[in-house]
Formats: sequence, C-alpha cells, structure tokens
Amino acid sequence: MPVVVVKALALKKAWKISMSTNHENMEELVGKDYEHGFVTDIDTDTVAPGLNEDTIAFISKKKEEPKWLLEWRLKAYRHWLTMEDPTWAHLDIEHIDYQAISYYSAPKSKDAGPKSLDEVDPKLLETYEKLGIPLQEQKFLAGVAVDAVFDSVSVATTFKGKLADAGVIFCSFSEAVKEHPELVKKYLGSVVPAADNFFGALNSAVFTDGSFVYIPKGVRCPMELSTYFRINASNTGQFERTLIIADEKSHVSYLEGCTAPMRDENQLHAAVVELIAMDDSEIKYSTVQNWFPGDSNGKGGVFNFVTKRGICETQAKISWTQVETGSAVTWKYPSCILKGDNSIGEFYSVALTNNFQQADTGTKMLHLGSNTKSTIISKGISAGRSHNSYRGLVRMGPRAKNARNFSQCDSLLMGDKCGAHTFPYIEVKNSTAKTEHEATTSKIGEDQIFYCQQRGLNPEAAIALIVNGYCKDVLNQLPMEFAVEAQKLLAISLEGSVG
Amino acid sequence: MLEIVNLHASIDNKVILNGINLKINLGEVHAIMGPNGSGKSTLSNVIAGHDGYDIISGDILFDGDSVLDFPPEKRAHLGLFLSFQYPVEIPGITVSNFIRTALNEIRKAKGEESLGASPMLKLMREKMKVLEMDKGFLSRSLNEGFSGGEKKRNEIFQMAMLEPKMAILDETDSGLDIDALRVVANGVNALRSDRNAFIVITHYQRLLDYIIPDFVHVLFNGKIVKSGGKELAIELEKRGYDWIKKEQK
Repeated sequence: MPVVVVKALALKKAWKISMSTNHENMEELVGKDYEHGFVTDIDTDTVAPGLNEDTIAFISKKKEEPKWLLEWRLKAYRHWLTMEDPTWAHLDIEHIDYQAISYYSAPKSKDAGPKSLDEVDPKLLETYEKLGIPLQEQKFLAGVAVDAVFDSVSVATTFKGKLADAGVIFCSFSEAVKEHPELVKKYLGSVVPAADNFFGALNSAVFTDGSFVYIPKGVRCPMELSTYFRINASNTGQFERTLIIADEKSHVSYLEGCTAPMRDENQLHAAVVELIAMDDSEIKYSTVQNWFPGDSNGKGGVFNFVTKRGICETQAKISWTQVETGSAVTWKYPSCILKGDNSIGEFYSVALTNNFQQADTGTKMLHLGSNTKSTIISKGISAGRSHNSYRGLVRMGPRAKNARNFSQCDSLLMGDKCGAHTFPYIEVKNSTAKTEHEATTSKIGEDQIFYCQQRGLNPEAAIALIVNGYCKDVLNQLPMEFAVEAQKLLAISLEGSVG
Repeated sequence: MLEIVNLHASIDNKVILNGINLKINLGEVHAIMGPNGSGKSTLSNVIAGHDGYDIISGDILFDGDSVLDFPPEKRAHLGLFLSFQYPVEIPGITVSNFIRTALNEIRKAKGEESLGASPMLKLMREKMKVLEMDKGFLSRSLNEGFSGGEKKRNEIFQMAMLEPKMAILDETDSGLDIDALRVVANGVNALRSDRNAFIVITHYQRLLDYIIPDFVHVLFNGKIVKSGGKELAIELEKRGYDWIKKEQK
C-alpha cells in the first residue's frame, strides 16, 4: 500500500477518480489514528475565545513552529491591530466580535456530533442524496461520530508515492513548515504580504493550517491535486493558508472545496491563498464552494473573507475558476499579478446567491509586463432576497505594452427582490494596451420556462437547465467530474426559488 | 384523443377564445386557419397549458380525461407537443443536450428507463437525416443565432425525437422558404400514423399542399365558424377571409 498523506477526508470525487479503490479503503485510512497526521497532540482542546499575542504564541507552539514564523505572525497581528474592517464592499454585515472567536481548535471528541444519520437534519441528507454522495461520506459530512475526526487540522488522501516520484511536494502547511522551511520562508507572504488587508493580516497572525504545493522545474503534476476544507467545531474561526509554487515550465491543477454542504455554525472564515507561477509555468486553481449559506430567513451561515492572489513570471499562466454557491457573506477577489512579459491571467466565476446571501466577488488583473493578457468571465445569479456584486479591477501599468484584457460580466436575476451589481474599475497607463468590457443583465424569461415545460421539464428542471447554459463558459473550465457536480449544485441551490 | 369542449379563455380580462369545440381522433390531421388575431396561437398555448390565460369555462380532454389542472410538463408527458411559432433561445444549452433532457424527462414520467448516450445519438442521426439537417446542428446552442427556417426545422426535429401522440404545429410554415417547407412537410408526413394526430395552424393554404389535412377549420373571433375538408382551404386561398368575416356580421 502506498504511503498516504491523509488530509481532511478527501471526500471529493476527484479523489475517487485518482484512487480507483473502494470505500473500504477509505474507512481503513480514516480509521487510523493520525498515523501520518501533522499535529502532535490530538487531545488538545479548543483554546478559549479571544485574540492576543499569547493566543498566537499558543498556536505557534502547538504547531511547533520555528521562531521566525512566530515573529512573522506577531508582526502581522500588530499590524492588524492598526487596521479596520473594510467597509467598501457592497455587503451588509453585522459587526464581528473578533474577541468572541476561538482561534485554535483541535479535532472534536467523538462524542460531540450526532451518533448516527438518524440524528441528522433530514433536509441535509436529502441534499446529499441529490448530489449522489455515498452513505459513508454522508456520515463524515454530517459530522456523525466516526473513528476519525477532522477539523482545522488537514487530512487529505493522495498517492503520495506517485507524487514523490515526480518530485511534487503536496502536504499540509504545517508539514511544509517542518520539512521545507526554506521554501515556506522564501514564499510565504511574497504575493499577499502580511499587512496586505484586514482579513489577510488576521489570517497571517492566526492561520492554523492549509495546503502546500511545490512542483519542480519542468514537471507536469501527474494528477489533479485536491484538498478539502472543513469547518467543524462551533464558534471556531477557520483560517487556512495555502501556498502553491510552480517552478519553471511546470504545470499543476489544484481543486479546492466540495459541493456538499457541511454541518457548521455561524463562523468566520478568512483564508489566504498565494500562487507563484515561475517562468513558463501554469497553475490552474478551481474552487467549488458550498458552505452553509444561512437558513431561508438569513440566520446563521459562514462569513467568507478570502484573499487569493497569484503572481505570473515570464510567459506563465494562472487560471482561477470558482463556483460559489455557499456562505452567508462572500468577500473574495482571486487576482493575478501579471509581472512577467507574455504572462496570462484568467478568472472564470459563477456566483450564485439565494435567500439572504450576499456576495461581493470579482478579480484584479494587474498587468505589469508587456504583451500580458487577461480574461475575465463572471456570471452572477441572484435569487430570493440576495445581493450579488461583481467587483473587478483591470490595471494596465506603464510598462504593459500591448497588454490585452477582455471582461464579460453577466448578471441573471430571478424574482424581483434580489439585486445584481457590477463595479468594474479600469485603469490604463499604457497607450498601447487594450481592454474590453461587456456586461449584461437578464432575467430568466417565462417564455423560456414555458418552452422547457412544453418539452416535459418541470419548472425547477427548466431553471436548472437555463442556468447551467448561462454558466457554461465557466463550468467548461472545471475538470469534468467537478463540473458535473457543480451543475447539480447550481440546481439544488436554486430549489424553491421558482414561484 | 383530444377533445375541446365549449372552451372560453381570456387574457387580461379580454376574452380570446369564445366557445371552441373540436374533436380530434388518432390518425387525423386538422388544419386550423384564420386571419390575424382570431385566436389561433391562444388556442395552441391554452391546449399546451400556458398559465398566462384564464380558462373561463369549458374543458380540454386528453384520452377522455380533463387536463385543465395539469401543468404544461404533465401534458407533455401525456404526449402533447407544441411546435412553437417563435421558438425561444436557450444560450449555452446544445440542441442535443436539450433533446436528451426532454426525452429522458418524458421517459422518466412514463416509468421508462433513460435512453443512453449512444442509442440517443443514433436516434438523433436517423431523424436528422429525414429532415436533411447537418450534424453540426446538435452542438449548437438551442435556437441561438438560428435562422427562421432552422428554428422551425429544429422544432420538427424535436417532435420527431419525442414522438408525441398529439402535435400542434403553430405556423410552422411562416419564415420558411419553399425548399425548407417541403423538407419540414416531409418530416411531418413521415411521422403521420394511426397512433398520432396533428393540428396544423396556418395562415396560408400553401403548407396544406404538402401536409394534406383531413379537416380544415376556420377560426374567427375565438370561434370555429366553418369546418370542412381540404377543399375549404383552397376556397379560402381564393376568396380570402373577408367572405367569412362578412358571413359573421
């Protein structure tokens, strides 16, 4: 049996493909007591709510971090203290009490969750059924007590052997700090500096774990890399840190998230993702995010404040694809710094909001080098009483000779109580640069629904079909298996939105 | 098969259908003709179950059972098909994906198994051949950027795939050139059998040269004012609708 790095469950379908084994295998894997885990003391409890330098020292100590990293965290924390919550986004958020949050939680005890699926909200189970999630996985997702438990500590499963043969490093961030400190030290904060923004600084101070990827020169990563983030313990902020480094002429496709909704409470989530694409390399980063959006009255739900940014050296390419259907609040702008000449940045996004969800999401394409190219395709779907905003910046720097950008921002409204907003910012400082922006706002036509009904589809199936067609350009960017799940997810997320 | 009994229907409090009676048996083709605004499209929409109309009185029976309370999809599951006068565009959904979804929804409703990708494609190819359609058609976005003729051909293609018991062709001839008209009519004729029935709604007699009806009805002011055989269509072509209008006054 290959040595396996266990990381947050790896329930994802991609995992199923790459591991052409059966579920017994998974049970076996997760049944192990963190044999390959990354945390030394599993029994540690959640730290008391509150944030100060002692909390940070506690986290750092728990994770047996080197001194430089503790210093780095403290510096970020001290800067964070001088900052204020950003208010520029089109989001209506109640004040967050950062002292009421616990910043470290070890895996929960087995006894805390429901004892069996019988104790789980039947609505949640219904959704799992619709997504076609096997029973065993349903238990994990619903937080049913099983032999292994997972939390901020990441546990993923991949063929470590196969990756090791290729020289690829794919491990938890904690492990990377121990095993590859030189890489972490060199690149941590190199794209998103600790003081970059309020939530980024908070993450830098208190991040607990995340993923680390290094693809060596000239290597094409032999499989899609997937991770699986999970929020579990109540009142525990989740602060992941992801660092992906693609060395020259390398290629990697990374999948994040899961289509299945997960049991959790109202929680703050502030992740940072940094991508480094060296000369002639390519990073494809795909996300499907479906955290608890709150109930139909807008209660509960995850607050998701994410900083994602990548830097492209000469002729490198970074492609972000995201399908966002979850969270009560989404604040997220996966961006590309097109530093090297001929580098390429892409952003493909579907953001769906229903009920009382709010999303302010988009991208920044910063063209520094010449002949840099960027493409932005954003598809917003608003239903219920939700608000959905696209916010994007395209900046052509003075050296960005012949730089090109194409942006298309479409909004689809369902019903008359939701809102779609577009905030494009364009700054051009080089006269040879070109940028195009197209935007449309549309409604699903009753005639379209009637047409589909006449062909035998019920209204919900009709809307799912129309929405999937509308999102096609983005869904096409996802790896096949992920795309199929994302389609189902869009349909489920819109259930009940038809009058 | 389809029976319409003294049907009165209105939209926005304006009465459009004013007591329609029509009985259609399997194996029959009925043509409904009439001037603009006589209620032809309303009739087809109401039969299909469009919820924009109020049914004031009367009934629509499908195989003897009332379908008035059925949503459009349920009527489709029973075997009702409407070839739209103005087919809508659904961007991003290919013709093949749409037809596959529709056919499998109908099969599911009937308790049949879904048709797999390969037999589905085979079936599509067969039907496309009859309609002289290019294979590239399947991968185009539904009706998006289609010419008028392509849209109509696509409607008949869907009809051929779904094999309805009762098909209503709402002005399928409008926007068709003479070659396309012949192809579309051939497609319809190839489907005609004693297991299905057709209503052909048209302004012009021309289509009826190709799709020969068993009965012709003239709709005027929301009522069928005259019925006859195919010679009625020829008479209308010669004399126009004025004499009908005059007769009604």
